[in-house]
Amino acid sequence: MAQLEIDNLSVEFRTRHGVVRALESVTLSVARGEIVGVVGESGSGKSVTAYTVMGLNDEAAEITSGRITMGGIDLLAARPEALRELRGREMAMIFQSPRTALNPIRKVGKQIEDVLLEHANLPRRNLKKAAIAALARVRIPDPERRAEAYPFELSGGMCQRVMIAMALACTPSVLIADEPTTGLDVTTQAVIMDLIRDMSRSTRMSTLLITHDLGLAGEYCDRIAVMHAGHIVEIAATETLLDHPAHPYTRQLLAATPVPDSRLYSLTSIPGQLPDLRSALPPCRFSGRCERHQPICDERELPWAQLSPAHIVRCRFPL
Amino acid sequence: MLMMTLKRLMMAVPSLIGVVIVTFLLTRALPGDPAAYFAGPAANAASIANIRTTLGLDRPLPEQFVYYVNDLLHGNLGHSLTTGQPVLTDLIERLPASLELSGFALLFAVGVAIPLGVWAATRVNGPVDHACRALVTISAAFPTFFIGLLFVYVFYFLLGWAPEPLGRLNEIVFSAPPRVTGAYTIDALIVGDWRVFRAALAQLVLPAVSLGLFALAPIARITRAAMLEALGSDFVRTARASGLPAGKILIIYAFRNVLLPVSSVLGMVFSFLLGSNVLIEQVFGWQGVGAYAVSAVIASDYAAVQGFVLMMAILYVLLNLAVDIFATLIDPRVRFEG
Amino acid sequence: MSLIVLARNTGYAFGENRLTLAAAVILALLALCALFGPSLAPFDPLTTAAAAKLAPPSTLHPFGTDALGRDILSRVIVAARLDLGMAISAVALSFLVGLALGSLAGYFGGWTDRIVGRVMDTIMAFPLFVLAMGIVVALGNSVLNIIIATMIINLPFYCRFARSAVNVRRDLGYVEAARMGGNGSLMVLLNHIVPNILPPMMVQASLNMGWAILNAAGLSFIGLGVRPPTPEWGIMVSEGASYIISGEWWAFMFPGAALVLAVFCFNMLGDGLRDLLDPRKRV
Repeated sequence: MAQLEIDNLSVEFRTRHGVVRALESVTLSVARGEIVGVVGESGSGKSVTAYTVMGLNDEAAEITSGRITMGGIDLLAARPEALRELRGREMAMIFQSPRTALNPIRKVGKQIEDVLLEHANLPRRNLKKAAIAALARVRIPDPERRAEAYPFELSGGMCQRVMIAMALACTPSVLIADEPTTGLDVTTQAVIMDLIRDMSRSTRMSTLLITHDLGLAGEYCDRIAVMHAGHIVEIAATETLLDHPAHPYTRQLLAATPVPDSRLYSLTSIPGQLPDLRSALPPCRFSGRCERHQPICDERELPWAQLSPAHIVRCRFPL
Repeated sequence: MLMMTLKRLMMAVPSLIGVVIVTFLLTRALPGDPAAYFAGPAANAASIANIRTTLGLDRPLPEQFVYYVNDLLHGNLGHSLTTGQPVLTDLIERLPASLELSGFALLFAVGVAIPLGVWAATRVNGPVDHACRALVTISAAFPTFFIGLLFVYVFYFLLGWAPEPLGRLNEIVFSAPPRVTGAYTIDALIVGDWRVFRAALAQLVLPAVSLGLFALAPIARITRAAMLEALGSDFVRTARASGLPAGKILIIYAFRNVLLPVSSVLGMVFSFLLGSNVLIEQVFGWQGVGAYAVSAVIASDYAAVQGFVLMMAILYVLLNLAVDIFATLIDPRVRFEG
Repeated sequence: MSLIVLARNTGYAFGENRLTLAAAVILALLALCALFGPSLAPFDPLTTAAAAKLAPPSTLHPFGTDALGRDILSRVIVAARLDLGMAISAVALSFLVGLALGSLAGYFGGWTDRIVGRVMDTIMAFPLFVLAMGIVVALGNSVLNIIIATMIINLPFYCRFARSAVNVRRDLGYVEAARMGGNGSLMVLLNHIVPNILPPMMVQASLNMGWAILNAAGLSFIGLGVRPPTPEWGIMVSEGASYIISGEWWAFMFPGAALVLAVFCFNMLGDGLRDLLDPRKRV
């Protein structure tokens, strides 16, 4: 059963230079204990989706259609105060660049205590111990001492573990990880991702992993959703997606991703650029860059093709 | 903690040395004959020669410097031509009045500028934000002495709300409280004399606000900018994602990160306050060191003027030291930079 | 930046920001007053007329007359020369000396940097207005010494800016290239780095002008530098101050307003220039 369901979500941003149609008919679900990856280029709408689920969009954002439910609760209809109570307790998010994502002048232990104070029903005198326990759970060595440290005293990987500790302190049912390992070195990446996977499995947490790294998604996710210019273009089980991609964009993404024995000349890049989301857009936003493009692609509403129970693609001419 | 305070103290020493050297040069390396300046405009050749030997002005400069430092260490700043007293005595007598004035001005500036800056940042482009920016821009253009006079005209002459600007207290009606700190308001509170306290406070309002208004601009500006940056920062986003209450985010996460940039601006603010103090004391007839310096300037009372410069400089160095130490307390990163 | 692009950008900046344009126009008017003051003034600023003393504003005397019967409008116009002149001279001198010292310190580092740094730190260890008072009293009460004092207290501002600007550029690619081309250090500094830092320094100068005017006016307000009967805004405010409590507001108000106008316009101009050069710096 899906813990997190995003149904036909469309989001627009009112800016000084026009209305940006950031997301259109995004449909996605994450079951309990499942890790779903969301991949795509920068600007494809991955983070906007995440922020919309968490209710963190700024005032210029307007949700023009759709529903988001988490454990049965309608998130878009919730009052801001109710949403705030859910954040940190039932749904949590971790971000890129962990050092800047932590308060630079507050000890990390204290920052975890802040979350616990707000959401966990603990008497004040137990907060410190609980914070240290949270740090221990993310396998930080010597957690009592580390809890007294400031973010600038810790490495990037350590800071990310602190953020994970904060996010998971109240064992939420949904975790959104927005590029959690970008900027960390490869060894630390693996350690952090292993940690996220272990915690997801052990607490049966629904995890949405947002990344531009298809290789990373391939290794840690159960299913992968591919986004392009605010649209979901394909969702499939990981192996299926990597071996039998159905959307032209997915195939090009794979072709552009280096694997250990790639040769430089065999790597291709995807032609063209993301379309300007302020202008009038064709039904398929990839049509300007697609080699399989036909005139009919620009005329009518873009259909969803169900290639198999777990594999859907949004294309008139899937591969 | 103690080590850091000592380290900061050590860093202030070169400034103090520099200040002493400069004030020495200002009093000795004058064009013309320093002895004539110190003897005063009414002196004749004999008294000038007398002053020259008494003050050691005929010795080589390095030797003079040694005597100068020795004098300073003994609290000897020379004698005032106008009051006839030792300059140090004059200054100490009048310093509390100036500190009281500058203190209230600072309280006013900080008390208005910081909330204004925070409010403006939380409602960007709202009416408060526009008012904040307008106030900052406009108050930065007004000479302090002009603001003081303008206030006197409007609030005393036109509206009659303020008492007559004749100094710290209307000595005809009230008598100054017994001297403990030298600040009339505090001393009145100490003895519980409410009448005098209110009267002294009433005299303080206009000069303190005039002095503080110019200082308001940089503080409000930096508070607003730093608050905006904090509110848009990654760590505030994390705090929101963690569902922390809005008040906690505003104060403990956003505002505490504003204290460091604001304290960095305080150095400039103190420089301004100590300098413009002179102008405001002149306008309001405030019996502080500033007014003392101005009458010394007019009377060519060199020892008094230079004593004033030295005292203000030392005060400024100490204030900057205090700000430095404060910065280490509020921001752990500063402690590590040394 | 080519001249055409600069001119076009200036047009944009001024067009977008009416306030900056208005400020520039007013400053131009003040500059006219400074240059042609005596010819523009309706009355002789020095002629006294005891009978007409402290007359309120009227059609004959739009700004009224002062305690000695002199026309205030004429005095305000003529005073522009001294107020603006003192500030511009001081800022120009500070700019040049600060640019020179700062560039040398930033480029060569080592002892040059340490000595220049110490001198600037020592100046900054004083409350600046107080230091200016001390300098004028020590050097002698004259307009020239006001300029020198104002120059000295503004020096650290330009020196530090030039120093860090040069420091940042010293190791950039084009400077390396110039050095490898065989140019001596001083030539590299003069031909390549300094022209590059001039635009942001000019922005600093225009932002600094307002402050320089306030400083000079403050010094004359307390009786330093300018002496009566010379018309100068600061001293005029001081002269007019004693009549406030009897209600004769025009004597201090108009010269004070002239000061506010000049400083405000310089600040606006400085902000406009800064936005022109780097819109990201807007705060």
